[in-house]
Amino acid sequence: MKKESILFLFLGVFWGLMGVVYWFWSRDVTGAVMLAGSVFLGLIPGLYLYYWYRRSGYHLRAEDRPDASIEEGAGVIDAFPDNSIWPMIFAIGCMFGVLALVFGTWLAIPAIAFGLSAMIGFTAESRRGGNI
Amino acid sequence: MTDVIDRPVNLDSDDQGPVNPDHGHDHGHDHHGPSGLVKWMTSTDHKVIGISYTVTSLTMMIIGGAFAEIIRAQLVSPTSTLVSFAQYNELFTMHGSVMIYLFVGPFAFAGLANYLVPLQIGAPDMAFPRLNLLSYWLYLSGSLVMLSGFLTSGGAANFGWVGYAPLSNVTASPGSGADLWIVALMLTGFSAIFSGVNLVATIFYLRAPGMTLFRMPIFTWNMLITGILILLAFPILTGGLVMLYCDRHFGTHIFTVSGGGVPLLWQHIFWFWGHPEVYILALPMFGMVTEVFAVFSKKPIFGYRGMVFATISIGALSLGVWAHHMFTTGAVLLPFFSAMSLLIAVPTGIKMFNWIGTMWGGKVTYSTSMLMAMGFLFTFLVGGITGIYLASPPIDFFTHDTYFVVAHFHSVVMALVLGAMSAIFLWFPKMSGIMLNERLGKFQFWFLFIGTQVFTFPMYLVGLKGMPRRMAVYPNNPSWQSLNQWASVGALLIGISMVFFIVNALYSFKKRVPAGDNPWDAQTLEWYTSSPPPAHNFVSLPPIHSERPTWDYNHPDHLSLGHGDKEKAKAGS
Amino acid sequence: MSSLPPSSDSLSAEQALPATKNKSKKLLLVLLAPLALAGCQVPSFGGYKGVTKTANSTFHLWQGFNLAAIVVGGITLAVMAWAIFAYRAKKGDGSIPKQTQYHIPLEVTYTVIPILVVVGLFVATVVVENQVVADPTPSATINVTAFQWGWKFTYPGTKAVVVGQTTASPIMVMPVNQDVRINLVSSDVIHGFYIPEFNFSRFAQPGMVNTFTFHANKTGLYSAQCSQLCGLYHSLMYFRVDVVSPSQYQAWISSKNASTSARTAIAANGAIVIQDNPGIPVIPSHSNGAQ
Ligand code: HEM
Ligand SMILES: [Cu+2]
Ligand SMILES: [Cu+2]
Repeated sequence: MKKESILFLFLGVFWGLMGVVYWFWSRDVTGAVMLAGSVFLGLIPGLYLYYWYRRSGYHLRAEDRPDASIEEGAGVIDAFPDNSIWPMIFAIGCMFGVLALVFGTWLAIPAIAFGLSAMIGFTAESRRGGNI
Repeated sequence: MTDVIDRPVNLDSDDQGPVNPDHGHDHGHDHHGPSGLVKWMTSTDHKVIGISYTVTSLTMMIIGGAFAEIIRAQLVSPTSTLVSFAQYNELFTMHGSVMIYLFVGPFAFAGLANYLVPLQIGAPDMAFPRLNLLSYWLYLSGSLVMLSGFLTSGGAANFGWVGYAPLSNVTASPGSGADLWIVALMLTGFSAIFSGVNLVATIFYLRAPGMTLFRMPIFTWNMLITGILILLAFPILTGGLVMLYCDRHFGTHIFTVSGGGVPLLWQHIFWFWGHPEVYILALPMFGMVTEVFAVFSKKPIFGYRGMVFATISIGALSLGVWAHHMFTTGAVLLPFFSAMSLLIAVPTGIKMFNWIGTMWGGKVTYSTSMLMAMGFLFTFLVGGITGIYLASPPIDFFTHDTYFVVAHFHSVVMALVLGAMSAIFLWFPKMSGIMLNERLGKFQFWFLFIGTQVFTFPMYLVGLKGMPRRMAVYPNNPSWQSLNQWASVGALLIGISMVFFIVNALYSFKKRVPAGDNPWDAQTLEWYTSSPPPAHNFVSLPPIHSERPTWDYNHPDHLSLGHGDKEKAKAGS
Repeated sequence: MSSLPPSSDSLSAEQALPATKNKSKKLLLVLLAPLALAGCQVPSFGGYKGVTKTANSTFHLWQGFNLAAIVVGGITLAVMAWAIFAYRAKKGDGSIPKQTQYHIPLEVTYTVIPILVVVGLFVATVVVENQVVADPTPSATINVTAFQWGWKFTYPGTKAVVVGQTTASPIMVMPVNQDVRINLVSSDVIHGFYIPEFNFSRFAQPGMVNTFTFHANKTGLYSAQCSQLCGLYHSLMYFRVDVVSPSQYQAWISSKNASTSARTAIAANGAIVIQDNPGIPVIPSHSNGAQ
C-alpha cells in the first residue's frame, strides 16, 4: 500500500504546486478552483491508503514484496458475483430518468419503477449470495 | 449466484502451464451459467463485459465512420448539396461525439482494459463486478440516447462535439436533440467514472503475490493512470453538463451573459475535462502498443521504469494544459499553458524512443499487429509534432479552428485507431481462442495506414491556406477543392480498410484456426492461462519475478538485462 | 478611448508587455538571424508570409518550428526506420535476441535533449507572442461586432459603419503602415475573427471585448471569414479586409462622415438592412440552407 499511497500523494502535491503557481500568475478563479479540487483528489485517497498502511503496522502484502511466492497468497481472495440482471435494470431506470429530463416528467414513473426494483433486487441478491 | 474464489497456486507437476508456446491445451474448466443474450445482459465476468464493451465500441466506430464518410463526400465540391447546412452541423457534431465519447474512450478504458487488466495482474475479476456491469449498461443506454437525437424533429445536436456556450443554450440550439446529447453524456460520464473506480481498486487490491507495482505490465500501469485521470476529469464534465442543462431549462444564467453569467466558464470546465480526456484516450493505446512492440521484437520493454515515470508525469502534467484549446479567446495565461503543453511533449517523446529502443537489437516480426503498431508510431509522430506547433500561441492563432487542427488531431486519433487495431490483432486469439487472418489483416493495414496519410496531409495544407473547420461549403474558395478531394480519397481508403476488418472477423470465426494459449510467445501473465481463459481466469500461476512472468517461465535462460548487467548476461547465455 | 468597455477579463500577462518589447525584439533578431539571413531560401512550409508586422514574425516562428521539426522529426524517423528495417527477423530464425532492458545514459540523453529543444521553442514563442499581443497607442480604432451571421465594423469618432452578412459580406477598411486597434465583441454566440493573411484569429465573444493591434505593411484586399462554429450559416460568414494608404483611408472616412444617409445599428440577431459597401457576393449555392 505504500507505493500506491505515494503515487496519489505525489499527484496531489504536484497539482497543488501547479495550482499555486497558476493562481499567483493568472489570478484566474476557475482554473485555480478546479486545480484545488484536484489536490483533494490526490490527497484524500493517498492519505486513506497511507492510513491503512500505517494501521497494518507498515505491513507489506504479498503483492507488494518482490520476493513473495505464489503460495503465500493461498486462500480465499474474495467472493465474486457471477450473474446479475440488476445492473441492467438499474441502468434502464437511469436511462428513463434522463429521458424524463428531455421529454417530460411522466418518464420518471418507469425510471422509479426500474430503479426501485433494481435496488430491491440488488439487496435481496446480496443476502442470498452471502458475503458480497 | 456467487463464487468464493481461492487464489490459484502454481502446481509443480510437469503437465501444468504452457511451457511450449505453440502447444495450446484446454484447461477444461468450463463454467456453468447462462449463454447468449442472457449472458450478455447478466454476466459480471470481466471478460464478458470487456468483450461487450469492445464490440459495442467498435460498432460505434463504424457508425461514426459512416458519418465521416458523408462529411468527406460533402466536401468534395465547394458548393455541394449532398446534405443541408443543418444536416452537416449535425453530422460533424455526432461524428465527433460518437468517436470521442462512444468509441475511443470506452474501447480504451473499458473494452480491452476490462478484459486484460485482471488477467495481466493475476486477478480473478475486477474488484466490483456488478458495478462493472452497470457501467456497461449505462454506456450502452447513453449511446442509444445520444444517437436517438437523429429521430427527433429538430435533429441531433449540432453545436460541435465541444458544445460551446452560448451556442449550446436554448435560444441558439433549441430542440431535444441537444438535450439528448447532454443527458447521454451524463450517462456515459457515470459509466466512465465507475470504470475508473474499478480500474484503480482492482490494480491496488487484486494483484497476485509478487506482482509489485513495478512489475505490472505497462498496459496495466497506463490503465492505472488513466483510471486516476478518469476519476478526476469526468465529474467535472458531468458537473458542467448539469449547469448547461440548468441554463437551458431551469432559467439559471451560469453561461449566459444576459443574467450575469460567463460563457467562457464552459470552455474552462469543458477543457479541464477535455485535455485529461485526450490522455484518457491515448494512454491505454500507448500501453497496448508497448506490449505489441515487446512481443514482436522478442525483447523486454526498453526502459520499463522510464516508461512508467513518463506515464505518471503525463498524468500529472495533463491537468495544467487545458487552456491551450483556448489561446484565441484572449482571456487565458498564454505563457503558462504554452510552457506546460510543450513540457508534456517530453514524456511523450521518451515513450517514442522507448518504443524504438524496444525494437532495437530485437528480432522484429512483421505480423499484422506489429505493422499496425509501426503505423501507429509514424502517424503518432506526425500528430505529436504538429501538436507541438499548436502549443505555441502565435502559431495557434492562425491555425486554431482551421483544418490544420482537424488534421493534427486526426493524425493523433488515427494513430490511436491503428494502435487499437494492433491490440485487437494481438489479443483477439486470447479472447476468442482463434486466430485472425493475417493476409486480410495486412490488406487492412495498408489501406488504413496509407488512407490515414492521404487523408490528413491535404487537411494540413488546406488548413494553412485558411480553410476553417466545420464548413458545409466553401463557395468563395474553389482553389481548396483538390486538396479536399485528396482528403476524401484518404477517407475512402480508411473506409475500405474497415470492410477488410469486418470480413476478417467473419471469416476467422468461420475458419476457426485454433490459437493455443500463447501463439505469439508473449510475455505477460494473460498468456499463461488458456485461450479463452476459464472462469476466474487462472487455474495456476507461474512465479512472478519480473514484469514478464510468462516469458521467464518459458525462457528461463533469457531474463532481462540492465545496462552493463554482466552477471545475468553470463547466466543467460 | 473607445466607447466599448475595457477588456477587463484579459489576464495581466498579456498586458504587461510593452516595456519588454525592445529587448524582446533584439532577442528575436538573434534567434531568428539565421532565418533572416537565409531569407527566401527557407521555404514557407505552406504558411502565409503575412501582411502585417506581427504576421511576419509569426511566419518566421512558423518557419523556425518547421526547421526544428524537420531536424528532430527527421532524426526520430531515421532511427525508427532503422529499428524497423534493420532488425527484421529472418524467416525461420527462432533465436532469441539479447534481452537488453535498460541503458541509463541513453535514456537520460533522450530526456535531456527534448527538454532543451522545448525550452528553445518556448523562448522563441514568448518573444513572438509578446509582439503579437502588444498594445501600442493606435492611429486608428475599429470596433468589430460579430453576429449571426455577419460583421459590423464601426469607426469610433466617425460616422463610418460597415455591415454585411452572408449574402453580401462586408469589407473592413484600414490604413497601411499604422497601428490599428481592433475592439472585438460578439452580440450573440462565439465567432472567430480570422484573417488568414494576417496570420491571426481571435474569438469574438459575447460580454467580453477583445483588443488587439494590427500593423499592416502591404496594401491589398484580403479575404477573411468566421472560424468558430456559430450556427447554421457559419460557412457563409465572410468578410474582407481592405488595406489602403492612409490618405485613401482618410478620404474614405470623410466620405462616410459627409454622407447623410441615416445609419441604424443592427440589433443582435436582427435582419440586416444596411449595405453601404461594395461587398463580395457569396456564390449562391444553396437552395437547401434552412431546414
Ligand atoms: C474514417 C476516419 C475519419 C474521417 C474520414 C474523419 C473525418 C472528419 C472530418 C472531415 C472532420 C471535420 C468536419 C468539419 O470540421 O467540418 C472531422 C471532425 C472530427 N473528428 Fe473525424 N474523421 C475520422 C475519424 C475520427 C476518429 C477515429 C475520431 C476520434 C477518435 C474523430 C474525431 C473527430 C472529432 C472530435 C471531430 C471534431 C468534430 C467537431 O468539429 O465538433 N474522427 N472528422
Ligand atoms: Cu488539449
Ligand atoms: Cu462562424
